[in-house]
Amino acid sequence: MSATTPHPHIDVKEFHPRAHEALHNPQIRQNFRKAMDGLMSKRKAAFEGWDLETLRELGANVRLRALANLPDLLEQLEQKLTENGIKVHWALDGDEACRIVRDICVAREAKSVIKGKSMVSEEMELNHFLEGEGIEALESDLGEYIVQLANETPSHIIMPAIHKNTGEISELMHEKTGTDLSHDVEYLTAAARQQLREKFMNADVGVSGVNFAVAETGTLCLVENEGNGRMTTTVPPCHIAVTGIEKVVPNLADVSALLALLTRSATGQHITTYFNMISSPRKADELDGPEEVHLVLVDNGRSVIYQDDELLDTLRCIRCGACMNHCPVYTRVGGHTYGTTYPGPIGKILMPHLIGLDEGRHLPSASSLCGACGEVCPVKIPIPDLLVRLRRESVDGDKLHPAKVRGHGAKRTPLEAAIWKFWSWMHSRPGIYRTGTRFASRFRKLQPARAGAWTDFRTAPKLAGKTLHQQLRERGK
Amino acid sequence: MADPIKVYPSKPDKVYFFGTCLIDMFYPDAGMAGIQLLEREGIEVIFPQDQTCCGQPAFTSGYHDEARSVARAQLDLFPEDWPIVVPSGSCGGMMRKHYPDLFKDTADEVKAAGVAGRVWELTDFLLNVCHIKLDDLGEPTTVAMHTSCSARREMGVAEVGPKLLGQLNNVTLVEQARAEECCGFGGTFAVRHPEISGAMVEEKVETLVDTGARAFVTTDCGCLMNINGFAEKNRHPIAGRHILSFLWERTNDDKGDGQ
Ligand code: SF4
Repeated sequence: MSATTPHPHIDVKEFHPRAHEALHNPQIRQNFRKAMDGLMSKRKAAFEGWDLETLRELGANVRLRALANLPDLLEQLEQKLTENGIKVHWALDGDEACRIVRDICVAREAKSVIKGKSMVSEEMELNHFLEGEGIEALESDLGEYIVQLANETPSHIIMPAIHKNTGEISELMHEKTGTDLSHDVEYLTAAARQQLREKFMNADVGVSGVNFAVAETGTLCLVENEGNGRMTTTVPPCHIAVTGIEKVVPNLADVSALLALLTRSATGQHITTYFNMISSPRKADELDGPEEVHLVLVDNGRSVIYQDDELLDTLRCIRCGACMNHCPVYTRVGGHTYGTTYPGPIGKILMPHLIGLDEGRHLPSASSLCGACGEVCPVKIPIPDLLVRLRRESVDGDKLHPAKVRGHGAKRTPLEAAIWKFWSWMHSRPGIYRTGTRFASRFRKLQPARAGAWTDFRTAPKLAGKTLHQQLRERGK
Repeated sequence: MADPIKVYPSKPDKVYFFGTCLIDMFYPDAGMAGIQLLEREGIEVIFPQDQTCCGQPAFTSGYHDEARSVARAQLDLFPEDWPIVVPSGSCGGMMRKHYPDLFKDTADEVKAAGVAGRVWELTDFLLNVCHIKLDDLGEPTTVAMHTSCSARREMGVAEVGPKLLGQLNNVTLVEQARAEECCGFGGTFAVRHPEISGAMVEEKVETLVDTGARAFVTTDCGCLMNINGFAEKNRHPIAGRHILSFLWERTNDDKGDGQ
């Protein structure tokens, strides 16, 4: 990547036009449908024979317990990590986190960074920042690597390049790296691996994410399948892990419960190929591992969410992506439509308080509230309820519960507010309701054939000749 | 919060019937069918004439003050301790699951919780409270079934429809691909995000047509309106009915009654 690469940031407000585009792109529609169908059936198979409800209850409790003691656990984590020789840094927002990473790089005179998968680094837009500082940052997760080659953002939190099929990937690699055009997945993977191997060997710093940070032992756990995470955290002489402050859990036993849920929910795997536990830099008698290990704990709005009884639930998330895989909206429009770091259901409840509702006001409404996300979430985040909560905030629709999220009320329009007022007035008055509906039924022949957006896709529903109220009144009820 | 485990009451003498606004205006036959099925089970059905709407459209749109005043107008309609049956998973879900939240910290908190605890989705009530036995009088036919997301996930009745249809000797039930996927209605979602909703209902209609069945039944009128509306506009050979209309029609020999 050269320093002139344009920033692939997408404007979140353009949700509708992008949805339109995605819906009219048969390739995107097909890629997502196929991929999500596959992921759904794999998850189902992976939980066969398990008491899923009990397991989810357990997962939720582990996360709730961790969050209940978050400040103490973070302190304990810092202390343990420091004892273990890992340097801990605190970042209030993404920019500060970027600067911390840069300063470490500068201190080591680092020119190249190799990266394992990390959603927080996407949130910080770390690659873009480092490029600006003249430091090369190369993604080593295969999906991330492809996305980076294409100068795009990830379209899924677990499978960043899931929007592309083999043919598209082959063409991209051919164009950017000179590999042969081939639909042979083995060949393409091997080619990418070859290109990355060299980078690993020469990188000055490895940056990774963290799946779980264990407070009791001061251990950073990293789940992955390709081995690039292990390379990132062991080959370069310096390793920087970045994570949101919510990823801490009390002890190792908690990890096993969450891990069982994470891999099955995400990719339908019983276990991943690699599970890295990092507890210190290389010791004197050890043959490999980095000389320095850093952990950057990123807040970026999380402590604000933490103050709110309901929104707090968002922080339970273990980033498995199951909610996206099962979301009928995500499946239709794909991850890029959202224009946010986290797409799909989790993005809709997480992004509004990261970016404000003035920016992200379309997000909570872009859901049919079907509940599939809440049903599969391994830590039982009540996503649909949070969507309704944020819709309320986006229109300031409740005097009893004043809005709290930044940008609240941004979606309210005088016309819409007036419609709901009228609707409410009519439906709170039984006599008026009965007269109104009776009148509508009587003159149903005058019903217009068109009813806005509804009839762009469907015929208008037909009013019955007599309402149920009327029919029953005639029966003496 | 853990979902409460359902504890079914024993079969009562009387129930309140909450008809829902969609049934009231567009599908009163489904409401009548529900009432007649209950009456056939020997239950007296009380229909409070002052009912209007559960308040859900405003609630899911974020207008909770407006939703609350509509919902409040329903709270006094069910003074006796009888079950409240609702021929819709969606409105049932609103009353059972969301009323307690909507009225939290208000003077009506206790009343709302009292109403919520007595709400039952009607097919669930017929099967698991009335232990209904259906005697099929119709011609052999094949149907598919679409269970609404609220019926499935909020009211937990996904198994009920197939069990009831299973009692009908001449009815073959076929399952469509991705049966649990949303049809794209979602109340105001269909109007706020018409294209996404359109893409969802398009695929739902395709999978229903692919079953080979020409007819389907569903638990909710919102889905019915959505799926039928799309199928009709695009001339797909499938049409749906509310499951209650279907059950009544097939088990009732006096065809003229109440229609
Ligand atoms: S919200 Fe739940 S399902 Fe979605 S990514 Fe987070 S943990 Fe997974």
